[in-house]
Amino acid sequence: MPLKRYLLLDVPNRSKRRFVQGLAAAGAAGMGLNPLSLWAGNLPAAAHPAVLRGNRFDLSIGEAAVNFTGRQRTATVINGTLPAPVLRWREGERVTLRVTNRLPHDSSIHWHGIILPFQMDGVPGLSFDGIRPGETFTYSFDVNQSGTYWYHSHSGFQEQTGLHGAIVIDPREPDPVAYDRDYVVMLTEWTDEDPEDIYGRLKKESHYYNINERTTGDLWRDIREKGAAQTFRERSMWNRMRMSDRDLSDVTGYTYTFLMNGRTPADGWTGLFRRGERVRLRFINGATMTFFEVRIPGLKMTVVAADGQNVEPVSVDEFRIGVAETYDVIVEPKGDTAYTLFAQAIDRSGYARGTLTPDPALGAEIPAMDPVPLLTHTDMGMGMNHAAHGSLSKNENHDEHVNHEDAMEHKDHDMPGMDHGGHGMMVKQASGKVSGKAGYGSSREIRHAKTEFGPHVDMRAETPVYRLDDPGAGLRNNGRRVLTYADLKNLNTTPDPREPEREIDLHLTGNMGRYMWSFNGVKHADAAPIFLRHNERIRINLVNDTMMNHPIHLHGMWSDLETGDPQHIPRKHTVVVQPGARVSYLVTADALGPWAYHCHLLYHMPGMFRTVIVK
Amino acid sequence: MKTNLVKLILGFCGPLLSFASTAHMEDDPLLFSASIDELEFHETDTSGKNHEHPLVFAGEAWLGRDLHKLWMKAEGEYFDGHTESTEAQVLYNRAATPFWDIQIGMRRDSHGGVERDWAVIGFHGTAPYLIETETALFIGEDGRSALRVKAGYEMPFTQRLILGSEVELNFHGKDDPLRGIRTGLSDVEAGLRVRYEIRREFAPYIGVSWEKLVGGTADLARFRGQASEETGVVIGIKAWF
Repeated sequence: MPLKRYLLLDVPNRSKRRFVQGLAAAGAAGMGLNPLSLWAGNLPAAAHPAVLRGNRFDLSIGEAAVNFTGRQRTATVINGTLPAPVLRWREGERVTLRVTNRLPHDSSIHWHGIILPFQMDGVPGLSFDGIRPGETFTYSFDVNQSGTYWYHSHSGFQEQTGLHGAIVIDPREPDPVAYDRDYVVMLTEWTDEDPEDIYGRLKKESHYYNINERTTGDLWRDIREKGAAQTFRERSMWNRMRMSDRDLSDVTGYTYTFLMNGRTPADGWTGLFRRGERVRLRFINGATMTFFEVRIPGLKMTVVAADGQNVEPVSVDEFRIGVAETYDVIVEPKGDTAYTLFAQAIDRSGYARGTLTPDPALGAEIPAMDPVPLLTHTDMGMGMNHAAHGSLSKNENHDEHVNHEDAMEHKDHDMPGMDHGGHGMMVKQASGKVSGKAGYGSSREIRHAKTEFGPHVDMRAETPVYRLDDPGAGLRNNGRRVLTYADLKNLNTTPDPREPEREIDLHLTGNMGRYMWSFNGVKHADAAPIFLRHNERIRINLVNDTMMNHPIHLHGMWSDLETGDPQHIPRKHTVVVQPGARVSYLVTADALGPWAYHCHLLYHMPGMFRTVIVK
Repeated sequence: MKTNLVKLILGFCGPLLSFASTAHMEDDPLLFSASIDELEFHETDTSGKNHEHPLVFAGEAWLGRDLHKLWMKAEGEYFDGHTESTEAQVLYNRAATPFWDIQIGMRRDSHGGVERDWAVIGFHGTAPYLIETETALFIGEDGRSALRVKAGYEMPFTQRLILGSEVELNFHGKDDPLRGIRTGLSDVEAGLRVRYEIRREFAPYIGVSWEKLVGGTADLARFRGQASEETGVVIGIKAWF
């Protein structure tokens, strides 16, 4: 293994080891204009978020005036910076974080992807009562993992207004990944609107933010190119279903300014490198609603970690990163060239960008965004070309086709033995028997629960299949090598090789027009908790009965994603379920207590949420 | 009737408000929305009469949650500084299926000084091929009844420039001589409006509207020397919050 040096994230500060207390954290050096100034104080503001190292931290949640759009707005920030300071921990140490809430209302911090006791997980109402105004809550836990993670508020919609930051944990053992320099690349959005208003607007007019609807111009072009009959055929399913094949993001660049490490596309974030260096980029999607597609024109990226966990290296041109996911990549830039880090929003309504350069004066060309994609029958779960996409079917799931036939007939609306009232549903459903070996996913028949029928659910996938090797609408056959879940293999052997004892089916459901979201048609407020036995190994089967990607995050325990190799099952904390697709993962219920389990899209989370109790 | 309307409003507002909660992550908050669907001047071309510029208003408002709402509708036509006709509805709106809502309530209208009260049962929603429809059955006093069917379709030329088209049919179940209405299909309306959304919530528009009295109702109008058909250019604004 090549010699590796540990560097601080901020190059200009590399010589300083900083044990920062409270607000004094601000002040790291940086380049370019700074959109952030402090609300009440006159402290110098940070261009790069500060990097806080050590094992004792004082974090202060407060407000700051920001100006990303030409209008001044109030953001919620930690230690005066947006994003919040990078926390750099070491595996094997115990960290203590004193978090003081200086907001006029309750707040909280959740350490996303960190395995810890439930009392430290930071979810108000489950882990603790939240942090009242003026109060300090002390988090303290052992760090038993390494990699790239993040932290954010779990109160209300505070994540949208700025309460998010990166966590980097250096491994106890020598890192299997060699690099000379690393940077956090945190992708987020900013809006001048009040998040409560955004939520209200979505409920009133769900396509409010969709600025890529199909127009009459598209229609004429299609008719000219394909003829009227073919155009009608292609569009009729969408029109009959009263859906839009341009329904890619609920909230878009219409209101969002996309940020890279807190920098607008106009400013751009800059990372420096020296000739010959291997640079590790720690991408974190800290956005609330936006999936990004990341590429660096001119550079191959070697993906070495997903959600903080090492994976077998895979070389790609591009990857899509779901909300709350993290990917670490290694790049080897040429010494005399500048490169653009380009992260376009999935709906191509905007992008975040940065520059990787050997010289701050040297810029790189910013590529054009790709054309706005169209969703296909595949994304509706209609399985038109599932033969090409059912990546697991080449392993053991030959009976998948039988399931398709059944689902096609719309007969399976009732789940025998289920409590149709909805409340007791999860518990009974949870006792389902196991089908399919660990690592290969489930071959269980897809059934839609009775609770999925009603005014609150507008579609059900007819033939959802595993599409792990599908890069997704907008990235298919784009001439670039795009990362898919099928590429993810644990660098180490599967930590818990047991077969699952039982399976839990959860369908991701909603009504886009009414903007209601739920699991199995039952929203959080009406749902009973999911109970897991301590230390049992279970399989969770997620079926996406909607037209959008949902990043599903289980707190407290790993989601061991079944990508077809039982020896090397990768561990994730957030699993994206593609539109109309299914995904399965294994969970070892080794963490006692109540945990949150939810879609990480902020405005889906109130409804698409379950409490998981391990006892 | 007036007291009935007030009771209806209070009856539905009460439970809606009582569920209100201050929880931050409430998935189903109490929301209020109001919209002006049409606020327009008509430049009409009615043969044999002077040019007229009636002001037409149509709006809606609701208070409620995902599945249950209190819904109000109002329409009015103003002419030469006085009110020609008004119509108001107060309804309980219940989401019934993924794309359809049911509405039950009361309607009061006043046309040329003649007032009528109706009980309303209707449904509205999005039909396949994205056609917005609204159908309501009205049961009035003295055995009167009426049926209204509306359909609308939107075509975006660009993300902001949108053509809205709509048609409306009104049927009546009983003659109402005071209002010049005969049993059967009484009138047909159609409109094409091109709006420019400066913001999603605010759009000026220009368009054409066409209205025709039909059958016995048309005969009655002609007998009284009134026009039975009207085509006009409209200019107005559409707004909501």
